[in-house]
Amino acid sequence: MPIYSDKVMDHFMNPRNVGEIQNADGVGEVGNPVCGDMMTFYIKVKDNRVDDVKFKTFGCGAAIAVSSMVSEMAKGKTLEEVRKITPDMVAKQLEGLPKNKHHCSNLGAQALNKAVDDYLAKQGKGPGVKSRRRQKDEKEATCEEG
Amino acid sequence: MTKVYLDNAATTPVLPEVLEAMLPYLREAYGNPQSIHDWGDEVREGIEEARGRVAALIGASPEEILFTSSGTESNNMAIKGLAMAQQSKGKHVVVSAIEHFSVLHSARTLEKAGFELTLVPVDKHGLVHPGEVARSLRPDTVLVSIMWANTEVGTIQPMAEIARVVKESGAVFHTDAVAAAGNIPVDVGQTGVDALSLAANQFYGPKGAGALCVKRGIRILPLLDGGVQEGGRRPGTENVPGIVGLGKAAEMAKMGMPSRMKHLTALRDRLIDGLPSRIDHMMLTGHRTQRLPGSASFCIEFIEGESMLMLLNQKGIAASSGSACTSRALKASHVLTAMGIPVELSHGSLLFTFGIANAESDADHVLESLPPIVERLRKMSPLYDKFLKQERGGK
Repeated sequence: MPIYSDKVMDHFMNPRNVGEIQNADGVGEVGNPVCGDMMTFYIKVKDNRVDDVKFKTFGCGAAIAVSSMVSEMAKGKTLEEVRKITPDMVAKQLEGLPKNKHHCSNLGAQALNKAVDDYLAKQGKGPGVKSRRRQKDEKEATCEEG
Repeated sequence: MTKVYLDNAATTPVLPEVLEAMLPYLREAYGNPQSIHDWGDEVREGIEEARGRVAALIGASPEEILFTSSGTESNNMAIKGLAMAQQSKGKHVVVSAIEHFSVLHSARTLEKAGFELTLVPVDKHGLVHPGEVARSLRPDTVLVSIMWANTEVGTIQPMAEIARVVKESGAVFHTDAVAAAGNIPVDVGQTGVDALSLAANQFYGPKGAGALCVKRGIRILPLLDGGVQEGGRRPGTENVPGIVGLGKAAEMAKMGMPSRMKHLTALRDRLIDGLPSRIDHMMLTGHRTQRLPGSASFCIEFIEGESMLMLLNQKGIAASSGSACTSRALKASHVLTAMGIPVELSHGSLLFTFGIANAESDADHVLESLPPIVERLRKMSPLYDKFLKQERGGK
């Protein structure tokens, strides 16, 4: 039995929105090389909606699939809707993740949120209302396990 | 699609001759070897023949061989059983920093039971220096365990020199030879080893069959309490087909060893010599020459091992990695860490282990398939991005 769902494999083998946006409106980076996964999200915002999104990811198969899925989920959404994307939603869209890979889905949502923060800060609107999850995540700066 | 199995360190396939030798013991020869009738006698004969073959493989006497369920069981029994049997002489145990978990965790269990533990460091090639072993020895050291060869990086230890240092101190010397036995010459008599663990599935025998060699005169306590099997040291009804398979695999390994080693070394070197000219920013892990014949292990920068394994699998290639993400516990490999390899680099670990069924074309398949995989993942990697930007900025 393969460890990953067909959906995860699809997004791993054919990741959507890989790359970088020059002059992005917001950039969010989470994770670090020591932990083994790192994601950078770039967004373009138009009329309060995510007009374009790209990512670069260093990490395992799950981390890459999560990044791809998060980018798809974010595209075209309003910033408020983007804020509401939770790791559980990402995992569900991917038809599940192995137990010890759930932290990857946290990272995806975090990176996207950080890109929105960055956009709002650049607009002079401050980081905006951070979700509770984001505030909690920021406290957990060490490598997550499982 | 061409399927190429290069994960022989995980387990080797069972040779047809080994399977043939085992089959009668799954069919008509079903007796219990302890029984006093023809059914028992027949099976007992099979076991004793296997014992002789395993002893011959490692230069031991048949009565020094105990059959177990695995390398893990052999290591558990050796570490716990040998230390506990000698504890009136002292309660200090020494093992290397790159041991298999079945040795390391057994040693930790001893620590909880009141023993003291010293871990011997290794150098950047994964070599244990006999001088470092000597430095770790104390008057109350009762057991030293240093693995013969490391599965993950392939490095083979200078066993005879290490054994000499340990024997001078009077401590008992055990070696985990699970990766070595059946693959390279291993001789307990010549080397001066007191106890040695091996497993059949590392040299074309079945899974679930291991052995522990305990030299005559060395005391050991059993892990299990029970009946008279294996002289009471390893009770439980014998895994007869497994034992017979182990014996057959040992016989074939002994006969075929020189040609197997020559074949595997050529395949390994083809990869070790060929990959660095096709992929930049990568390194060989382990010793260049003092290494297992079939083992080619690397760390590749800026990308992660599990993603490489998944893409290799898509190309029909089975390999493995010491990357944290591939381990269930998500911990970086303690072997690579002990060798001083930075954690961020150890995430890019990749291990190819050839077996006797592999051919040159299998190595070539890797040489062709891996570079585009690395390129694809690096294109996606923010680390590689940063590195390129820094490089451009620096020029």
